Amino acid sequence: MRRIYALGVTLALAAPLALAGCGSDEATQSPSEVVRVTLANHVWTENIKARFDEFTKETGLKVELTQLGEDQLSDQYNVKLNAGSSDIDVMMYRPLQEGKLFATNGWMANLTDKVSSNAAWDWDDYQPGPVKATTFEDKVVGVPIITETEVLYYRTDLLEQSGFSTPPATLDELKQMAAKVHEDNPDIAGFVARTGRTAAVTQFSSFLFSYGGDFDNGNGTATLDTQAAMDAYDLYGTLLREYGPTNVSTDMSWPEAMAVFTQGKAALYVEANSLYKNATDPANSQVSDTVAFAPFPAGPAGSRPYNIPSWALGVNSGSTNVDNAWKFIEWATSKEQSLLNQQSGVPSARISVWENPEATADYPEGIVLAAQEAAENGVGHDRPLVVQVAKAREIVGQPIVDAITGKDLAASLAAAQTQYQAFLDDEK
Amino acid sequence: MSVPVQNPASGAAGTVNASDHPRPSQSGFSSWANRHRKWLFAAPAMIFTAAMLIFPLVWTVYLSFTNAQGSVRAPKKFIGLDNYVKVLTDTDRFWPAVGRTLVFTAGVLVVQMVLGMCIALLLRRAFRGQGLIRVAILLPLVATPVAVGMMWRLIFDPNIGPANYLLGLIGLGPYPWLAGEKTALATTMLIDIWQWTPMVALILLAGLTSLSDEVDEAAAIDGANTWQRFWWVTLPLVWPSVVVALLLRGIDALKTFDILYATKGRGGGSFHEVETLNVYAYGLSFDYNEYGLASTVLILFFALIVAAMLALTSRQKER
Repeated sequence: MRRIYALGVTLALAAPLALAGCGSDEATQSPSEVVRVTLANHVWTENIKARFDEFTKETGLKVELTQLGEDQLSDQYNVKLNAGSSDIDVMMYRPLQEGKLFATNGWMANLTDKVSSNAAWDWDDYQPGPVKATTFEDKVVGVPIITETEVLYYRTDLLEQSGFSTPPATLDELKQMAAKVHEDNPDIAGFVARTGRTAAVTQFSSFLFSYGGDFDNGNGTATLDTQAAMDAYDLYGTLLREYGPTNVSTDMSWPEAMAVFTQGKAALYVEANSLYKNATDPANSQVSDTVAFAPFPAGPAGSRPYNIPSWALGVNSGSTNVDNAWKFIEWATSKEQSLLNQQSGVPSARISVWENPEATADYPEGIVLAAQEAAENGVGHDRPLVVQVAKAREIVGQPIVDAITGKDLAASLAAAQTQYQAFLDDEK
Repeated sequence: MSVPVQNPASGAAGTVNASDHPRPSQSGFSSWANRHRKWLFAAPAMIFTAAMLIFPLVWTVYLSFTNAQGSVRAPKKFIGLDNYVKVLTDTDRFWPAVGRTLVFTAGVLVVQMVLGMCIALLLRRAFRGQGLIRVAILLPLVATPVAVGMMWRLIFDPNIGPANYLLGLIGLGPYPWLAGEKTALATTMLIDIWQWTPMVALILLAGLTSLSDEVDEAAAIDGANTWQRFWWVTLPLVWPSVVVALLLRGIDALKTFDILYATKGRGGGSFHEVETLNVYAYGLSFDYNEYGLASTVLILFFALIVAAMLALTSRQKER
């Protein structure tokens, strides 16, 4: 009997060890051949995913893809990078949302030597704004893949019915047209945009900039108590409260706002240009024939839409496969791949791609015009440039929802100013 | 040294000289293992429990006394009870979240117990199509809460959702449902009630079917009406099942996260209108990366759940 006990105990103790041994064997064998890539749900991802075979053919490396929605992607990074995991090699991230936090935490590998190692790939071909957003303390930590600016989506038929032959060139005209269309068609919203407290911040930012305002002065002083801020918040809130969808919810991010527009329930809509295919694709949109685009309308300070790198590729500092991870980034961001992506509607951060007439041959006229204008007048951020972006967005986004729901905007802005200043002081 | 061994060939036990048959493993590890075998066999389960339950709990308690922020691997300072003071004096987010958690839990529990009991009483007697009805009633239970949340989000959409459309046909509405600052919490409670009442009904039905009809009949002969028979006979007899349902559903309702997250997203909506303690702790750790504060909220939440559980089980013992 005793021998059976001894055997049982030995097996019980040995089994986990043996299993652990198998696990570590596997871990040491695989990293050189498989690049583990985590990407967000985006048109860019769909495009590049379809061409993974080319990468494998060129390099002999396999790609293991994890594809997630924005929020889930963020959570995944938080959990895995916090734990120092080496499960992720290449990571698609939002430089303005998470870039500073990840880099401050030491989660991003330094790619400075890599980007300058290949002259043909050409790091100098990247626009300076996006490069700045993926550089942290003079170290390159990411390669921008998608740029975005805010544009006006509008319905030519509804505007014409209400007697307007051109889209609004100014924010005042935008308000007039929204009011007129809504008056002529009570079932249709004159204007729609994101309404969620944090989701709306980015699309609201162009209103703020076009009134000559900003969230802070860049030196740690909050500027939500200015007249420009008051006017911008008031206009955004009024447009949605007075001329927006009936029972407007304060939870809308782009999928909900886009759904209202593409189901023919709104005349004017402000949104990122990189999402325009959602409105022009007849499979998803009931207004694909009547939608057109225009540059962001001018406010007292001119047309100042955000013009930002919305997504970039970086390498996990805990990865044991940095060289191959870089090979993937080099391939996915090459001039050829960037051109192919831009042709299918995803704006690139490469100068050469924008200069190539083939790249935008299929684009709607308004989208090209808006991109050209944004390159000149655009602002390089669409949210507060801080480490805890999510918290800052909640603070500066509160007056947006308060304005939409018709609460006391002056009081809301005063409270937000105090909170945001305390937040900025805390981050110093 | 002589040790007692068993002869494997003959099966006879006897004393032999160890030097004739050297078996070092038996005299050392084997005999030690033999003496401690109850611990050794329990060890895998104990190690698993320690790794999966005790370690995270202790780690969370530790984090709650630090200023952990940004990255949990970053250097952190021990700050004593500062986080607890900060959280317990936070009337902006923490206490409203406690209030919502309690309102949500109490609200759904009351409705689910009453509805669950009604359904269980109806299903208790045999009738035609009984199997079909039982399966149909259980359907919400098998759906994933996130999918349920998404489905109701579409149904309750104030502009394009069928709920307002159908109510509009009879001249009601439109109501803001999930989109309204004041109606969102009640709407999420409605979804929770829709999904979890069948579970309560199932537990109560199990309790009811085990009861004998004789007591009920005796009460009827004594002249008790239907309500009196239910209140004074059936309910006391089925009470253990009621407590089980209360306990299971109560703890579950306190912890609700998926339905709230799927319908209102991060932060419980633009005005934190459905932000319960769980949603708040999630926001603190995943949106703000403030792990010290998040751990504090979770420890306080844990204490609330343990207190609720003890209160319910001690009532049970008293009875």
